[in-house]
Amino acid sequence: MTDLPPRVAHDGGARLGCDEVARLRADFPVLGRCVRDGKPLIYLDSAATTQRPRSVIDAVREFDLGSYAAVHRGAHALAEEATLAFEGARTSVAAFLGAEPGELVVTTGTTGAINTAAFAIESAGVGVGDLIVVTEAEHHSNLVPWQRLASRTGAELAWIPVGEDGRLDLGVVDDLAARRPRVVAVTGASNVTGACTDLAALGGVDWGPRAIRVLDAAQMPGHGVVCFRDLGFDLAAVSAHKMYGPTGVGALLGSQSVLEQLGPAWTGGSMVEMVTMTQATFQPPPQRFEAGTQPVSQMVGWAAAVRYLTAIGMDRIAAREAELTARLLEGVGGVAGVRVLGPLDTRDRSGVVSLDVSGVHPHDVGQFLDSLGIAVRVGHHCAQPVHRALGVHASTRVSLGLYSTKAEVDAVVKALAQVRPFFGVA
Amino acid sequence: MGSAGGMEQLYQQLIMDHAKDPSHKGLGESFDGESFQVNPMCGDQVRLQVQLRGQTPGQASDAIVLNGLAWDGRGCSISQASVSMMSELVAGRSAREIARLEETFMALMRSRGEGLTDPEEEEALGDALAFEGVSRYPARIKCALLGWMALKDALAKAEVGDASPAAIPEGWE
Ligand SMILES: Cc1ncc(COP(=O)(O)O)c(C=O)c1O
Repeated sequence: MTDLPPRVAHDGGARLGCDEVARLRADFPVLGRCVRDGKPLIYLDSAATTQRPRSVIDAVREFDLGSYAAVHRGAHALAEEATLAFEGARTSVAAFLGAEPGELVVTTGTTGAINTAAFAIESAGVGVGDLIVVTEAEHHSNLVPWQRLASRTGAELAWIPVGEDGRLDLGVVDDLAARRPRVVAVTGASNVTGACTDLAALGGVDWGPRAIRVLDAAQMPGHGVVCFRDLGFDLAAVSAHKMYGPTGVGALLGSQSVLEQLGPAWTGGSMVEMVTMTQATFQPPPQRFEAGTQPVSQMVGWAAAVRYLTAIGMDRIAAREAELTARLLEGVGGVAGVRVLGPLDTRDRSGVVSLDVSGVHPHDVGQFLDSLGIAVRVGHHCAQPVHRALGVHASTRVSLGLYSTKAEVDAVVKALAQVRPFFGVA
Repeated sequence: MGSAGGMEQLYQQLIMDHAKDPSHKGLGESFDGESFQVNPMCGDQVRLQVQLRGQTPGQASDAIVLNGLAWDGRGCSISQASVSMMSELVAGRSAREIARLEETFMALMRSRGEGLTDPEEEEALGDALAFEGVSRYPARIKCALLGWMALKDALAKAEVGDASPAAIPEGWE
């Protein structure tokens, strides 16, 4: 199955060490380039998007050059090959995420998946008197679609607040659960604080018979083992481009029984059975939620990405990133005037570390780091409310990937120590 | 530090000084026009008020003179220094002169690091020429333009006699 040379084969749990990471980095040609007057690129923006290994790019290229056609349409040889590749990719990605192929709805990404979920739940019935529960930690993608659903239907929106340490304050959960919400939409791992939600605690709560529990899992499967069927959620949203795959594709994972309850979201070609001039009947899931021509090349690339990750081993990637995260937290902890917006320990925490550099605006921090070839994200990272909750408007975000190195972590820490002196602050 | 060249070209001393100790900052009691502008990318914002001399709706723009300007805001040093320098540059000028300065500043921002070709235009911009380095960084141009957008909007309101407070969307400030 694997198309990787044996050198990166998962060797049963041995530590993913520096030598192996150095070899893996060669699979990502972009990491070898220079930026800004010859500075070697230090890519610390994997929470925005992960770079793609050559095997993903090659798989897409090979498919596009040799087998590309529209899927689920027509009976010619190419259409057949493309459909097989597409459905094969669905099966591999679903298996990687701990789901059945029929539980994986192909979407344009996490944003597409959550919007699909919101419209599909609306089709199944949402109205005045219904409660939609979100959290203050959400990416706008898992907040605004629910705000819109509430305003279209008259449902009420309530949220679980974020505490000072950037973790969700679960104290309100029992009261919210007692109100029998229609939707509970939470992030699995914040793209700002790096805090990982206590899913066992949240998914295990008795939210009542009508509750559909939706997980924004965008920041999860690229960084650790995700097994959808064990998460305790009805729906989960992911993006391929945050797990070393292509942009333009993602998935809404849903248990069969829940998907069957939901009505169509987007409508059009491919998702229907019988259409007359006034009416249509719809396919069963997952096709019911896959309107239009599907992103076949992207799915092929995504399948190549999960092959790549499987060969390395997600548990090893998680352990490696935890080590680097500890090093990063310790390093920035020693820089005067730098505050971490999120948990300071590595327990239930990802390698996403957002910082407030006292007296220097994140844009200026980012510009300084960029001048040294260091790519970080600055701004509100599509999550304004959580910044507001933590008393800032924006932040500088360092985020790790499987190819990140100790030297890169040390370089960003060293550069951060130079920022305030450069801008003449304290 | 090898990077210092690029950084120092961008963050010229003048810019750093204005960012630290901005001019005309602090809102006034009364105004003829007010604007609130925000850069949705980063949340940088500026609220700017103008007072005019000689405005009656429909009057020629060279008869309208900017009598007073006050602003408040927050953001990166580029955005804050730019409002500050702009405030000094436009004080006491006619609406027509200000419109020309704005065009010149826009041309500087579009110059991709090449700067302006006309020495007269360069001179007209005065200290604001220090923002030439920003034009190399497309992502930062909006920062430098935030104050100019606010000024344009506030002037347009004042010229039509709209002295209502600028609407500030919920969540900002
Ligand atoms: C936590 C989280 N949710 C949702 C998204 C949206 O993902 P996408 O832009 O791929 O739809 C992102 C990334 O941007 C994210 O980090």
